[in-house]
Amino acid sequence: MDGVVYMAYMLAAVFFILSLKGLSSHETAKGGNYYGIAGMAIAVLATMASSAVTSYVMLIVAVGVGGYIGAQKAKAVEMTEMPQLVALLHSFVGLAAVLISWAGYIDDSSHALVGAELTIHLVEIYLGIFIGAITLTGSLLAWGKLNGQISGKPLMLPFRHGLNAAALVICFWMMTYFAGNPHTGLSTFMLVVMTLIALALGVHLVAAIGGADMPVVVSMLNSYSGWAAAATGFMLGNDLLIVVGALVGSSGAILSYIMCQGMNRSFISVIMGGFGTDGSSPAAGEGVEQGEAVEVSATDVADDLANAKSVIIVPGYGMAVAHAQGAVKELVENLQKKGCNVRFGIHPVAGRLPGHMNVLLAEADVPYDIVLEMDELNDDFADTDMVLVIGANDTVNPDALERPDSPIAGMPVLRVWEAGQVIVLKRSLASGYAGVENPLFFKDNTRMLFGDAKESVQQVVKGL
Amino acid sequence: MNIAIPGEVNPQEFRVAASPASVEKLKKLGFSVSIEAGAGQKASFIDQSYIDAGAEIVTDTAELYANADIVLKVNGPTDDEVELFKEGTTLISFLWPAQNPELLQKLADKKLNVLAMDSVPRISRAQKMDALSTMANIGGYRAVVEAAHHFGRFLTGQITAAGKVPPAKVLVIGAGVAGLAAIGTAKSMGAIVRAFDTRAEVKEQVESMGGEFLTVEIEEDGAGAGGYAKEMSKEFIEAEMALFREQAKEVDIVITTALIPGKPAPKLWQEDAVKNMKAGSVVVDMAAEQGGNCDLTVPGEVAVREGVTIIGYTNLATRLPGQASTLYAQNMVHLLAEMTPEKNGELTIDMENEAIRGATVVNSGEITWPPPAPKLSAAPAPEKKAAATPPPQPKVEEKKQSSAASIIGFWIVAGLLLFGLGKYSPPSFLSHFMVFVLSVFIGWQVIWNVSHSLHTPLMSVTNAISGIIIVGALLQISSGSWLISVLAFFAILLASINIVGGFLVTRRMLAMFRR
Repeated sequence: MDGVVYMAYMLAAVFFILSLKGLSSHETAKGGNYYGIAGMAIAVLATMASSAVTSYVMLIVAVGVGGYIGAQKAKAVEMTEMPQLVALLHSFVGLAAVLISWAGYIDDSSHALVGAELTIHLVEIYLGIFIGAITLTGSLLAWGKLNGQISGKPLMLPFRHGLNAAALVICFWMMTYFAGNPHTGLSTFMLVVMTLIALALGVHLVAAIGGADMPVVVSMLNSYSGWAAAATGFMLGNDLLIVVGALVGSSGAILSYIMCQGMNRSFISVIMGGFGTDGSSPAAGEGVEQGEAVEVSATDVADDLANAKSVIIVPGYGMAVAHAQGAVKELVENLQKKGCNVRFGIHPVAGRLPGHMNVLLAEADVPYDIVLEMDELNDDFADTDMVLVIGANDTVNPDALERPDSPIAGMPVLRVWEAGQVIVLKRSLASGYAGVENPLFFKDNTRMLFGDAKESVQQVVKGL
Repeated sequence: MNIAIPGEVNPQEFRVAASPASVEKLKKLGFSVSIEAGAGQKASFIDQSYIDAGAEIVTDTAELYANADIVLKVNGPTDDEVELFKEGTTLISFLWPAQNPELLQKLADKKLNVLAMDSVPRISRAQKMDALSTMANIGGYRAVVEAAHHFGRFLTGQITAAGKVPPAKVLVIGAGVAGLAAIGTAKSMGAIVRAFDTRAEVKEQVESMGGEFLTVEIEEDGAGAGGYAKEMSKEFIEAEMALFREQAKEVDIVITTALIPGKPAPKLWQEDAVKNMKAGSVVVDMAAEQGGNCDLTVPGEVAVREGVTIIGYTNLATRLPGQASTLYAQNMVHLLAEMTPEKNGELTIDMENEAIRGATVVNSGEITWPPPAPKLSAAPAPEKKAAATPPPQPKVEEKKQSSAASIIGFWIVAGLLLFGLGKYSPPSFLSHFMVFVLSVFIGWQVIWNVSHSLHTPLMSVTNAISGIIIVGALLQISSGSWLISVLAFFAILLASINIVGGFLVTRRMLAMFRR
């Protein structure tokens, strides 16, 4: 490889690292994005300029068409649909990895390799296809679930752990044969079979995961897409791909880890499937006094808000579904005019994507310095007059702290019930994604405002 | 259905069973409402405000009862009033069925449906209809006001130019709803408040209201069924009396609220305790109606003994008629809402509903009192507490040791793997592998610092960056084989969507964040 191209790759890698670093704070985030764009431009242009590339027409057509589609998607997407878009884009990376790895297998030049190098090369191809295929179908299924085309309920096949294990064992066994016997008819056949198994495995893995765990799934797939890129990097002997793949892979893994901590669950248990899989599924309410939820009207809520000195708003996925963020912003402005201290409390796993709520609130033009994390304001609830819970459920469930036998026991939650009064905006009394009853609704200081979140908030604003 | 609210006939009764606000809510439930002229006068609700709320004012009492499907009252009906009811009417009021079996029989003979507000079970979902708690709360407040009225000094301590005034010391016996309300009121007026209760579970509640919880040396929990107290052993009572005699020397105001269901009130503040009190002190006996906690109490009267004023009013809540009526009417609305789930103005008595079952004392002429006993106590079971106490300290240490061992073990295994990899792999692979591992660590370090609110932009940017896979496809597209070229073509196309889409959408998101 040309020395210049190699240095360009190094520069691109540095830019990508700076890009991720830039995203660590609001002040530098935009700069971070530009570093990323610059790194990508350098990498692509340097590759095109290298002696290995000659078919410019095809290349430019592909980049042009792909770029146009991407730009259109980016412009049109609603912020509430970000999780779907991210999942869909992950599937593209997965598919690209599969295509490139297959192309790498078909490529004659690898015949020149011998011995250990050949074996490693074949293993790299094998892994690239394997990870890429899982990413592809897993992301597509996640996309369907987030879009609502596929039910969010976890699919519980009998012996599903056994199925996964069997798939892994078969793939591993075929890999040992494949790596030892390159380019025979049987090994090509095995590669096809493995691709199909990996595709099915991707579907099965994500299908078993419940809707509430989607933030973990999306970041996990993000991680997979990184490892897929790294695997192709190994196959092609390209350090840039390896670096970037590793960066993306570890970033996705960390995000998954943070999400899992937010739910107090191990990463393995999330990947292995939804809540209540061990048979102790939610028997909430049995022998426990559930009490009764007290309903209020929007005007009553408005009256109470008018007298409140401090208010914390806790949004959840319900706010995203109802597109209520604009109305919420209006409410915040009205309250601030009255001198009320309004803040937002965001649970780490609120929404269907890490940080989803923050993006929605930013879209509605809510200043980010009143949008706080759970740890930052969980101790302030006791001094707060009113809490508005908009479309959140499991993240404000007192059972997580109070009932050790609850399926969500130990999950850190926002302690909203410590506030003077809690208003819960909700469509019905149905339980959340975890399928657990929420005793918050039956507390003495809780009032329920039923209805579509957007309409309810608008009525409250009118009442003010 | 038509709801009728007659005025109360007892001249000592100032309350009324409906407020203009409650009339509005009853109308929303689908009922029509008739109110006897002047019914709310003593609670400062004038007829016009009832009319404004949508009620009809009826002057003729007999006509009011004749047209009523439901009658709401505060006190149980007198014999004359019972005569006015027509068959099948539903009556809701205080009734005290245990004390008034003949009245209950008469109402049953009339083939009425009767719900007693005093029999609403004390379960958490029925709290909104619990009129006893409502009245107890108001009574507790009024008890302090009455005491302050008869107490010739400030309750709060002050340092004035003329000299120092010590704060009054208030002792509240029985920390139920009334006791807690009294504690809060006395505290807010500046007094030093102490409280005593046989039920250990209320200690926290007393302290949350700003009171100091007194205890005796003997351990015995007085919590009985349904959140009420039970009778205590002899030794306990003796220790209690000794405590009270001691306290009597110090405190200026005593408010007693001790009641045991179905029994006369326990005599807790005995004559010798009164004698121990300073002249000018005040005792408010909120249990006067059940015989009184103080043996010098004259029910319904204010008595002065040994220089101590003993207040035995039995109608403390009534002495705040506006507040009592407003909240009582609200309790009634909640009860009626529970009984008209369709909000169509049609009342149903659902005997499966624990709250309604408890309150219903006569159903279609049949006496259904007493109801089955309530099942749950407000306190957690004591065994659970004991089980939770053993400290889990030794376990923690074990964990630490094992984690140190596992760390060492991990690196030994990792080292062996790396050794194996280094021994059998070609150098070109190893240099790539090194780049890979170091990159993972860089990613690990960099990502940890990303603030939570930027996780979504981070995902879309890493997503765009993972489009770097395009480089692989770029290197393949110029290969001689058409198959490889086609595969690479599609890979480039997909990766381009990713790159452009990812970066643009990140830019869009970041532009929205503002301080």
